[in-house]
Amino acid sequence: MTNNKDINKQNIVLEIKDLHKSFGNNHVLNGFNLKLYQGENLVIMGKSGSGKSVMIKCLVGLMEADSGTISVMQNDITKLNQSALDTLRADIGFLFQGSALYDSMTVRENLEFPLRRHTKRFDSTANTESLVIEALDSVGLRDAIDLMPSELSGGMKKRIAIARTLILKPKIMLYDEPTSGLDPITAKEIILLMQTIQKKYGTSSLIITHDVDCARVISDRMVLLIDGKDYVVGTFAELSKHKDPKIKAFFKNKTS
Amino acid sequence: MTVLAYIKYALKSFFIEIGELSYFTARFFKTAFKPPFELKELIRQCYYMGNRSLFLVGITGFIIGLVLTIQTRPTLLEFGAVSWMPSMVSISIVREIGPIITALVCAGRIGSGIGAEIGSMRVTEQIDAMEVSGTNPFNFLVVTRVLAVTLMLPLLVIIADAIALFGSFLIENSKGSVSFTLFFNQVFDALEFGDILPATIKSIFFGLAIGLVGCYKGYYCNKGTAGVGKAANSAVVVASLLLFIIDFIAVFVTDIFFEL
Repeated sequence: MTNNKDINKQNIVLEIKDLHKSFGNNHVLNGFNLKLYQGENLVIMGKSGSGKSVMIKCLVGLMEADSGTISVMQNDITKLNQSALDTLRADIGFLFQGSALYDSMTVRENLEFPLRRHTKRFDSTANTESLVIEALDSVGLRDAIDLMPSELSGGMKKRIAIARTLILKPKIMLYDEPTSGLDPITAKEIILLMQTIQKKYGTSSLIITHDVDCARVISDRMVLLIDGKDYVVGTFAELSKHKDPKIKAFFKNKTS
Repeated sequence: MTVLAYIKYALKSFFIEIGELSYFTARFFKTAFKPPFELKELIRQCYYMGNRSLFLVGITGFIIGLVLTIQTRPTLLEFGAVSWMPSMVSISIVREIGPIITALVCAGRIGSGIGAEIGSMRVTEQIDAMEVSGTNPFNFLVVTRVLAVTLMLPLLVIIADAIALFGSFLIENSKGSVSFTLFFNQVFDALEFGDILPATIKSIFFGLAIGLVGCYKGYYCNKGTAGVGKAANSAVVVASLLLFIIDFIAVFVTDIFFEL
C-alpha cells in the first residue's frame, strides 16, 4: 500500500536540527534531524531504547534537550517561556503510549480537562458539551461519555485519548507507539482512525512505532533512528528494499 | 561496600533528600500564591481528606480517651487525686496526644494515599499529559493536596480531641458517677489559651509536613509499580519521623512563649 499525497515541501510545520540528549554517559540522541511537512504522516522507527520517546518528549518541552533547535510552526520551543509554550502546546496533540487517561476522572472530565486552559481557541457560541460530543463522535465512542477509564478496554482507552487530543483541534499530532499492547484487529482500527483524523482535520502527524504494518499503512515518509541519528529517510517502499543490513533488520519478513 | 563507604553513601543520600525536599517546599510556596488558583480541586481534596478520615480519626480519638482514663485512674485513686482526672486528661489530650495521634493516623491514611496516587500518575504519564494540555501539574496536584491536608488536619485534631474527651467522660461517669456538666466544666477550667493555640499551630505544621512529603515522594516516584509502592511507603515513614521532629521543636518554642 502506498500513500500518494501531494505534500507541499515548502510548508514545514516542525523541524529538528542537530538534537543532542544524554543521560550521564548514555548519549541517546546524537545529532538528530527531522522535517515534518504540512499534511504529512511521518513515521519514526527505531529499536527499543533508541531514543524515540525521548525525542518526542523534547518536542513538546517535557524534556530539555542538551543542544540543538526544535522549531514548531516557526517557534523555537527551546526559547519559549512557559506561557508561550502552553499556548503552542494547544496546537500539538500528544497520544501517550499508555493512553495516560486521568484515572480519577470520567471520560467527560478527561475531555473537558484540556479546555480549562484554552477556552480562547473557540468562539463564545461553542460550549464544552458540544465539543466533547464532537470529539467522542470522531472516535466513535459517544456512549462511553460517563464511564471511568478503568471500565474501558485498551483499544477504547486509545480512542478516548485520541479524542482528548482532538478536542483542541491541533495542527500537529504526535503518536507515541499508538498500536503497542493492542491485538492486531484493534491495532488496525486505531491505524484507520488515525488516517480518518488526518483527512478530517488536515493534521500533520509524527508517529513513533516499531510496528512495521502500521508504518506501511500510514507513512508518507519514514525516518529510521539508529545510533541517536536520523540514519536514513525515505518512503516505506524505498527503505524496505534497502541493502544496508541495519535497515534490512527492521523489515525482515514484513515487506509483503 | 565497606561500613565507612556505606555510612558515607547513606549520609550523602540523606542530605540530597533534605535538599530536594527543601527545594520542593520552596516551589510549593512560590506556586501556591500565584494564579491560577485551583479552588474546585482544593475543595474536592478537602472533602476527600477531611470527610474520609473522620471515621478513623474519631475511632482512634475515642479509644485514646478511654484507654488514657482507664490506665491513669488507679494511680490517681492511690494519691486521692481522682478529681483531677478531667484536668489531667484534657491537658494531655489537647496539648500532645490529640495532635500527634491524629497526625500519625493521617500520615498513614492521607500521606500514603497522596504518595501512591501521584506516584501512579507519574508512572502512567498522566502528569506529562496534564503538562502537555497546558495545566501546571504542580499547581493542580501538589498545591491543592498540600493545602487541603494543612487546612483539614487542625479540624480533624479538634474533632479527635472532643471525641477523646467524651470517651474519657464515659469512663469517669461509669466508674465515678461524674456528671457531664461537672466533667466538662473541669475540662474547660483546666484549659488555657496557651494550650489550645500552640496545639492548633502545631497541627497546621503537621498537615503541611504530611502533604509535602506525600506529594514529594509521589511526584519524583521511580518508574514501575515498585516505585509507586516505595513512594507510598516512604511517604509514611518520612512524614512520621518529621512529625516527631516538628513536635519536639513545637514543645520547645511553646515553652519559651507560654512557660509550660
